[in-house]
Amino acid sequence: MTLQHYLVISAILFTLGIFAVLTRRNAISILMGIELILNSCNLNFAAFSRFMTPPEDISGQVIAIFGIVLAAAEAAVFLAIILAIYREFGSIRPNEVDTLKG
Amino acid sequence: MEFTLKPFIFYGFALMTIASALVVVTVRNIVHAAFSLMVTLFGVAGLYVFLQADFLAATQVIVYVGGILVLILFGVMMTSGRLEMRIHIERGQLLLGGVVALALLMLLLTVIANTPAWKNLTDDGTELPPTTERIGELILNGPFLLPFEVVSVLLLVALIGAALISRKEVRD
Repeated sequence: MTLQHYLVISAILFTLGIFAVLTRRNAISILMGIELILNSCNLNFAAFSRFMTPPEDISGQVIAIFGIVLAAAEAAVFLAIILAIYREFGSIRPNEVDTLKG
Repeated sequence: MEFTLKPFIFYGFALMTIASALVVVTVRNIVHAAFSLMVTLFGVAGLYVFLQADFLAATQVIVYVGGILVLILFGVMMTSGRLEMRIHIERGQLLLGGVVALALLMLLLTVIANTPAWKNLTDDGTELPPTTERIGELILNGPFLLPFEVVSVLLLVALIGAALISRKEVRD
């Protein structure tokens, strides 16, 4: 197992996440894409921590834990906003939420 | 040469992660996508185990699979009626998004393959001691104390904000 194995897996996850955010027309699917992107970031942190620093230095793992905490906070706020939008518009398709569109 | 199962298990986890992530972004039924996301998150947790990040793997399972995924499923159930379970995808968007994503993947793979500092870094297979104690030291008695406190306050603020946004508006 080399560093590049992990980087390639992480790059694929990141790309799939971007693809989901770009193509899906459902707010919760977009959230899933964002979770994939965040996971790929955390995987990169852990991989670089393992391969690029001395083995007793695990700062990268701590950063990845902070990343997980941020993802949890982000998911909570995201779903709260989705619920508010659903109550207001009766739909969670991003195209239909266009009150602020000029 | 000694025969080991380790590479097979690694490739199994890698394949599991990527295949289920592919299902997450392509399948039309949103509940199927959510359950496929669970497999992806478990796969990433397995990769953390291979990186000897045991605490991180446990956190991944507890927070992502136990927390965020349940939150996502609740979101699906509260916002999607029978009609909304199928995810709407526009055809033009699919083509454009696919091109952008493929270009991005090519760029990333080129960078990964051509960066000299990242080459030939193999896992020497040394067993490291469990990381939980050292992570506790780093967070509570080391350089990460301030970020830890900041992120705690951020989490509190985010959760209070989420509760405030999602509650029913009281009209008087």
